[in-house]
Amino acid sequence: MSTDVKIPQADTQAHSTNGKGVKLPIYMDNHATTPMDPRVLEEMLPYFMEKFGNAASRNHSFGWAAEEGVETARERIAKLVGATTKEIIFTSGATESDNLAIKGVAEMYREKGNHIITAVTEHKAVLDTCKRLEKYGYRVTYMPVQKDGLVDLDDLKRAMDDKTILVTIMYANNEIGVIQPVVEIGKLCHERGVIFHTDATQAIGKVPVDVVKQNIDLASISGHKMYGPKGVGALYVRRKNPRVQLSAIIDGGGHERGMRSGTLNVPGIVGLGKACAIAQEEMPQESCRLAGLRNRLRDRIMGRLDEVYINGSMDHRLPGNLNISFAYVEGESLLMGINDIAVSSGSACTSATLEPSYVLKALGTGDDLAHSSIRFGIGRFNTEAEVDYVADRVIETVERLRELSPLYEMAKEGINLKDVKWAGEAH
Amino acid sequence: MSYSDKVIDHYNHPRNVGSMDKSSTDVGTGLVGAPECGDVMKLQIKVNPQTNVIEDAKFKTFGCGSAIASSSLATEWVKGKTVDEALAIKNMDIVKELSLPPVKIHCSVLAEDAIRAAIGDWKKKQETGKPVAAEAK
Ligand SMILES: Cc1ncc(COP(=O)(O)O)c(C=O)c1O
Ligand code: FES
Repeated sequence: MSTDVKIPQADTQAHSTNGKGVKLPIYMDNHATTPMDPRVLEEMLPYFMEKFGNAASRNHSFGWAAEEGVETARERIAKLVGATTKEIIFTSGATESDNLAIKGVAEMYREKGNHIITAVTEHKAVLDTCKRLEKYGYRVTYMPVQKDGLVDLDDLKRAMDDKTILVTIMYANNEIGVIQPVVEIGKLCHERGVIFHTDATQAIGKVPVDVVKQNIDLASISGHKMYGPKGVGALYVRRKNPRVQLSAIIDGGGHERGMRSGTLNVPGIVGLGKACAIAQEEMPQESCRLAGLRNRLRDRIMGRLDEVYINGSMDHRLPGNLNISFAYVEGESLLMGINDIAVSSGSACTSATLEPSYVLKALGTGDDLAHSSIRFGIGRFNTEAEVDYVADRVIETVERLRELSPLYEMAKEGINLKDVKWAGEAH
Repeated sequence: MSYSDKVIDHYNHPRNVGSMDKSSTDVGTGLVGAPECGDVMKLQIKVNPQTNVIEDAKFKTFGCGSAIASSSLATEWVKGKTVDEALAIKNMDIVKELSLPPVKIHCSVLAEDAIRAAIGDWKKKQETGKPVAAEAK
């Protein structure tokens, strides 16, 4: 007997607004990058044409104007993270900052030891840098994380030995938004004379970061994750208690105290500074607003759909992040169904390597649920109406795809999918 | 990843979605892939025992849009074919029809596997099923 299933047809109409006045497509992938704040652009513009000088030109007003822009930016960044201006080094972004911090410490402290500790959920900019150092004779411990995504401080204590020179653990994760116990990690490091680097790319400007109170020695910052421009970032390098020294990885004219040579990207730096100033001023209200929108999205989705699982701790999390798995639905097909909304998925089908998200795997999320995950990154320019629209579209698409899913059908028949002998399991 | 219009059409309007009674002697069921790999296809065929013609086909797929489109297309193609004709369908035919990019070729392989598995299941039923059916007469 054949039983036909009625599949609600997807709405394929190209549209730019809907009834509720929501402009489409909606960008809700603010961990990948953020749109620039118009106030940032405004501040940058004079530095392309009028104030085009080289900040290193000491002998004329063109250089002075550029330098003034750079130093204002340096003050703003320092202020946002509780540092002094001499502790801020400009780079091309967080990837470079991570490389400089890790390789710079590794080379500078080689006499002292060769052991580095990091975690398996780090960004590739940290993991692949550590991997390269392994080729040069460094020993790296990749710590596992707990189910909620947090590192275990006892694990960290046990991992440290007298050859440990650096611990590099991210502040907030780019996929699951989970915030690590940086204060405690920093304390453990300082008790043992170990340097603590944190990739704070996703955290700075979103949650309060204070390098002094939080025992941070090195922190990576990126402009384009906080409504600033792409291709500019910074590294905070502690100058006292302890003073951290770095070997440069880019040699040349000796800019940035010799730690990062190269003519400064003045407009970019000015933009990063402005982005920091705005973030600092608006953070208290904005983080509450984002958490409210995020919880609204979660509650709407979970109120209507069963077998939806949140990946990572809800308590230690960036306000704008929601990462959830929709059981029995593959992530890329879900993205295809909500094609007027920009979000991302941890499914293998969306990755070039055809491997599901290593971050979700590290949490112990089964591969099946990793394939079903969607990351929502709610940001400064998202509205409540957009959140409601996204929730509705996600719900209707998940329902449609579940009707199409043999797994959902089997689960409803009471078959335990874990007991099935799958033909493709050898893959 | 941008999809071809045909993939989008099958994704938005999948053909022959559903299930058939897998215990029926005339029905062959193929279940291929694994949830851990991110793709599972179930393809079922209903075969006329006199003519060996596939009279109906149904599918359900957990997988990317290309996997859904490949299996949807597979059900369209097998319908009306004899079992032997259906076995001649190759994954590269699906790749061509849907203009799948290289990273999505494995999704079409799965669809070919699903056709073979469904036919294999049906054939097995005919071997074991016939004597029983004969006795029942
Ligand atoms: C946690 C984290 N670290 C580093 C980076 C790299 O930053 P950038 O693009 O500025 O090099 C990113 C962004 O993808 C990130 O999310
Ligand atoms: S099912 Fe994963 S790429 Fe098609």
